[in-house]
Amino acid sequence: MNTTQELPKIKHADNTQELLTIKDLHTGFRVKDTYYNAVDGVSISLKKNEILAIVGESGCGKSTLATSIIGLHDTNNTRITGEIEFRSLNLAKLTDEKLNNIRGNDIGMIFQDPLSALNPLMRIGDQIEESLIYHTKMSKKERTNRVLELLNQVGIPNPNRVVRQFPHQLSGGMRQRVIIAIAISCKPSIIIADEPTTALDVTIQAQILDLLKDLQAETESGIILITHDLGVVAEVADRVAVMYAGQIIEEATVEELFSNPVHPYTRSLLNSIPQTHSDNEKLEVIQGLVPSLVNLPRNGCRFASRIPWIPAEAHEADPQLHEIAPGHFVRCTCWNHFHFEGEEGGSLT
Amino acid sequence: MSFMEIKDLRVHYPIRGGFFNTIVDHVHAVDGINMEFEKGKTYGLVGESGCGKSTTGKAIIGLEKITSGKIFYEGQDVTNQRRQRNSAYNRDIQMIFQDAHSSLNPRKRVQDILAEPIRNFLKLSDLEERRKINELLAIVGMPEDAKYKYPHEFSGGQKQRIGIARAIATNPKLIIADEPVSALDLSVQAQVLNFLKDIQDEFGLSYLFISHDLGVVKHMCDEISIMYKGRFVESGTKKDIYQAPEHIYTKRLLSAIPNIEPASRAVRKVERINVEKSYQVENHRYFDANGRVYDLQAISDTHKVAKTDSLEGGI
Amino acid sequence: MWKTIIRRVLVMIPQLFVLSLLIFIMAKFMPGDPFTGMITPDTDPARIEELRQEAGFYDPWYQQYFNWIMNAANGDFGKSYTYKVAVADLIGDRALNTLWLSLLSVFLLYLIAIPLGVLAGRYQNSFLDKIVVLYSFISYAIPVFVLALIFLFFFGYKLQWFPTSGTVDIKYDSGTIGYLWSKIYHILLPAITFALLGTTGVIQYLRTEVIDAKSMDYVRTARSKGIPINKVYTKHIFRNSLLPIAAFLGFTITGLLGGSIFIETIFGYPGMGQLFIQSISGRDYSVITALVMLFGFTTLLGSLLSDIIMSIVDPRIRID
Repeated sequence: MNTTQELPKIKHADNTQELLTIKDLHTGFRVKDTYYNAVDGVSISLKKNEILAIVGESGCGKSTLATSIIGLHDTNNTRITGEIEFRSLNLAKLTDEKLNNIRGNDIGMIFQDPLSALNPLMRIGDQIEESLIYHTKMSKKERTNRVLELLNQVGIPNPNRVVRQFPHQLSGGMRQRVIIAIAISCKPSIIIADEPTTALDVTIQAQILDLLKDLQAETESGIILITHDLGVVAEVADRVAVMYAGQIIEEATVEELFSNPVHPYTRSLLNSIPQTHSDNEKLEVIQGLVPSLVNLPRNGCRFASRIPWIPAEAHEADPQLHEIAPGHFVRCTCWNHFHFEGEEGGSLT
Repeated sequence: MSFMEIKDLRVHYPIRGGFFNTIVDHVHAVDGINMEFEKGKTYGLVGESGCGKSTTGKAIIGLEKITSGKIFYEGQDVTNQRRQRNSAYNRDIQMIFQDAHSSLNPRKRVQDILAEPIRNFLKLSDLEERRKINELLAIVGMPEDAKYKYPHEFSGGQKQRIGIARAIATNPKLIIADEPVSALDLSVQAQVLNFLKDIQDEFGLSYLFISHDLGVVKHMCDEISIMYKGRFVESGTKKDIYQAPEHIYTKRLLSAIPNIEPASRAVRKVERINVEKSYQVENHRYFDANGRVYDLQAISDTHKVAKTDSLEGGI
Repeated sequence: MWKTIIRRVLVMIPQLFVLSLLIFIMAKFMPGDPFTGMITPDTDPARIEELRQEAGFYDPWYQQYFNWIMNAANGDFGKSYTYKVAVADLIGDRALNTLWLSLLSVFLLYLIAIPLGVLAGRYQNSFLDKIVVLYSFISYAIPVFVLALIFLFFFGYKLQWFPTSGTVDIKYDSGTIGYLWSKIYHILLPAITFALLGTTGVIQYLRTEVIDAKSMDYVRTARSKGIPINKVYTKHIFRNSLLPIAAFLGFTITGLLGGSIFIETIFGYPGMGQLFIQSISGRDYSVITALVMLFGFTTLLGSLLSDIIMSIVDPRIRID
């Protein structure tokens, strides 16, 4: 319990098997007969055996991206275009019935608030069993055993009693474990976790993150972790994509992103974390506001308005993701000329 | 010198039960805590949900009934004055809430929201009142025409700043900030925290900063108390708590904070597991047979820890 | 649970006492008395006085109250001045009639309202939804007596599909199939009228509940499990949406005894509502007081029943 040699290293999917490939995904919501894209041209892939974190502030489109993958939006007011390639199927084009074979079966989902995510009127056991009913041919008895096994696996003490309990009888951490049990019940190859620890206390958060990591290692599944918390990202992720205004603005391995962040937004975010500062230092404040969905600028660098001291010619006209080091992608060219306000800037080279 | 002191504060809620719905037991939400406040300092109150930290804040300002204990303000016992209108205590102690949105009346314009404390506590003419409102808006960095708007027209960070403007309207001495940035995005959070520090320097304010976020508390506070089950398990300066934590619960909290250094995360996980183990094993040194936290013992001039002497070194 | 029930019943005793006192005082304040109506130019005032004396009209009020309440506790509410029969018997007959009518009404009400509310909620903004909303606005806007009169005139007189008054055709003997059918036949039109008007609230409530439930997190969880959409509706949305209606069930059940004054009066159906209105206009105090007492009692019982039903259907609510 002491040697660091036997500690697991941060994995790098040398095993390049791609589980899920998203290409140029746009998800638009209808506001008065016009569709506004909350996810605006996202391309990313998830590999086997890795935890991919999607990080960003509220309104950046990260949750929309998560729910787009398994089509959980109201189909009447949402338009999804692009490709979500999974097992040579395009999930963006599948009907609801076809998607039902994949949801809960091949792709499990974990949500933020474990209290409201469980049906208050249904016993824990029944809620976990539900996905087994529709995705497996297990008998009633096999299902009951599997439910107990799952509760054990997610570390719930006394599973025999818990199966008969209702959500309100469990603590927040236990409820989140139940949600995880539901997500992994059919041994999915992909788990999407949308802010899984945001509603939890910090000690419980640590337990849940450890559990997720352990489960992932056990099942070799891929996890997409949606979060706003850079600390959580640093603790569990293998690869990180930072989103701003519906687009990925930087993507890199976790060490690379934290040791060598380059996009102005990533750098500003990291500098606004109180943890990184000595006592009386000012925290970095990003000027202005995150533009609302309807008012989002769709041309040029979307972050430009928040770093007005950077000259306009530093930005690309149609910002693309550039690979600046193997596996490290940055959108726009402005990063090259970026300096914090008041600091001496790099020159326009 | 401290201008305010809290002695053995207790807030107990009755649990009713039995055939006649009589009081069968009490929940000890706050169970005997002591605090002192000095001018210009920030005091952190940290703990997980349900530990009683918010109740403590509300009890101090008078939103919660005190079961026993005393509050001294500038040498005077003000325990029973807290609920009186227009007392000096009510003017000098103000509060900022977590949910800025629901703490601002949606049917009132910003100028009416800000005028309320001014009218309650300061006798100003209309002109002076208007000037004061403009001044407040300038302090929180908002344009003058903001006063004609309604709360819903502002973003989360702006609403929180309006909440702060309301709190500083009466030139208070102490502001109780209950999770003031928990609902905000990181970059907005930074803005509000910077701002709280700025006005502290400018007006010599003291803060009681209630939060579950140990990172934010570290950045903001001079002295910190860790709370668990209604009691303080440890209190001391920022250095005491973060560099030399003594209580097992403090260690456990600190080990659980996510760190933004991916390289050392495996080491941290091992450490976390070790702390968790000693938490199970050494529990009895920190909690009595009923799971209650022991009384605080001074281990240095500034640092106090709740543990028992009798078993020191035991196991 | 039993403890709570017993405690609640015990609490009802002082409530009923206060209620009875209020009813008694109000009855005393009402102008006139049952004998007022008997006075004709030929009546000997002395005779009236004598009758009043006999009936205990000049006893001290507490004496009168005590007599009344002691008898009431034994089920003796005195005699109806108008019908000259024991109040308990009178109410017994009428209550049974009302119960039949109400049961059918409520059955029809839920039969119509639940599917409509649920479907309107599920297919929000669809053509069906718009029709249902339109219907519920119309039924909300029409006063009960207008609809009752229209139905009576149209289906009763014009088309002659339904009888226009009474509870049963006199040609049938009690106990036969024909008798039963005739009974149902008589209550069908008033029951439909009642049900149609009652659906508004239930439909609107249920529709909003279903619409709200659709965006609940637990429904999203259910969808993310890959459960077919129809099953999501039956197993998650409907059940949870019906909760507030179940909460009101206690009142609905006990409220059945109250009957509907308008419906019963217009359709000439001899039930509790009709009895109530007749006894008021006839100053039949013993009947009025007994009825108000009964309505008060059933309301208290209804709230207890609602709490019990809620504790059964909603695991979060526990009464012990």
